[in-house]
Amino acid sequence: MDALSEAFRLIITLDSDLFEILWLSIRVSVTALVISAVIALPLGTWLAITRFPGRKFCILLLNALMGIPPVVVGLIVYLLLSRSGPLGWLGLLYTPSAMIIAQVVLITPIIAALSNQVIEHLHQEYRDTFYSMGITGRRAVAAYMVDARYALTTCILAGFGRAIAEVGAVIIVGGNIDHLTRVMTTAIALETSKGNLTLALALGAVLLTLSLLVNALVIGIREYAAKRQYA
Amino acid sequence: MPSSLLPICISDLRLIKGNRAVLQGVNLRIYEPGITVIMGPNGAGKTMFLRCLHGLIIPDQGVITLGPLTVANSRDEQAMVFQQPVLLRRTVLQNLAFAAPGIAKTDPRRLIQALESVNLTDRAGQPARMLSGGEQQRLALARALLNEPALLLLDEATASLDPASVLLIESLVKAQSARGTKVILVSHDQCQARRLADEIVFIANGQVAEQSPAEQFFTAPQTRTAKAYLAGEILF
Repeated sequence: MDALSEAFRLIITLDSDLFEILWLSIRVSVTALVISAVIALPLGTWLAITRFPGRKFCILLLNALMGIPPVVVGLIVYLLLSRSGPLGWLGLLYTPSAMIIAQVVLITPIIAALSNQVIEHLHQEYRDTFYSMGITGRRAVAAYMVDARYALTTCILAGFGRAIAEVGAVIIVGGNIDHLTRVMTTAIALETSKGNLTLALALGAVLLTLSLLVNALVIGIREYAAKRQYA
Repeated sequence: MPSSLLPICISDLRLIKGNRAVLQGVNLRIYEPGITVIMGPNGAGKTMFLRCLHGLIIPDQGVITLGPLTVANSRDEQAMVFQQPVLLRRTVLQNLAFAAPGIAKTDPRRLIQALESVNLTDRAGQPARMLSGGEQQRLALARALLNEPALLLLDEATASLDPASVLLIESLVKAQSARGTKVILVSHDQCQARRLADEIVFIANGQVAEQSPAEQFFTAPQTRTAKAYLAGEILF
């Protein structure tokens, strides 16, 4: 109980350590999310509306990668970025950039697979009309993305939820270094193992609040879109 | 000015769906401008024929030419209105702008004029999918006509609409035909066919059973199937 009240005191008094960790978590996850969205949304859309040999395998692969264990992603990125790895010369290991890369690898398949399903559904509806109007290629991809904007936003938020709550990959490639690569989830793991429940609880409360906010946003977007027949 | 896609020549068109020949050896020549109505019982192959003409379905056999062009390279000259209008998840005006980005950029007043022509000016800023069925179909027609197609195809575009919407759409189709667009429309509605058609193509069992001027078709149909159809008898 004491730990809980102390945790709320940390939040209310805007504790600098807590907010440093919070800010880094958001910075890493939002950056990863933006990069992933730029890659995954057009990829998911393109896979939904084009037909080529191996397309089904690509979709299968994306769906399979949705469930890839974060520690495996962490290990792969670690091997790539380690001093003896192919990208070791970049010197990114144990930096926020490495954490961003790991999160991009982790959430790109999620956003791509979810957006693929959304656009597949829309494509069934629009295909004949777009053919009739001569809408193809990039213009079609852009049009699908605009028309599925609300559903795609929820896909992106699902990616954000996964990124912000992720611990396995970022702890491997970030190293959980204080004031450098310590994010909410890795800090919670560390502080709990040290028995310092105050900071862990405060971070947990913030993480839970963020998760609630993201979910509320998803529901709000869905309702707004449904009301305007944009869903 | 007559449509640049005339004459429309269809030779030995064959389309198999599953194990069934939906179209079997369709031969047809359409030389005249104006409005051609395709009639026939359910399952006769009218919609499939129209979709082949538009390039939405590639037939298993046969050749289609539209004036000097093939189906594939006449796509920009054609427009089609479907039985169920598909509108983008955008406003009414944005739906038009999307169909004709060039016009939207250079002469946006034409978009407003297009909305005026289908009595939807006051709905310009509304989400298109919130319109009623009749309004959605009017918008789909306005969108199809924006680029002044040489060939306009309508697949039972007025089915399940109220009489006022039907008449408005018919008047727009007639006006467009008078401007030189060749119109081919599929309809079950004999009254509508009598009001609109210059020529009737009657399809039964995946074949063209009869092609004649509208007046002649309704007063003296040449085939027994057409007579039975017009008399409202059940055809198999």
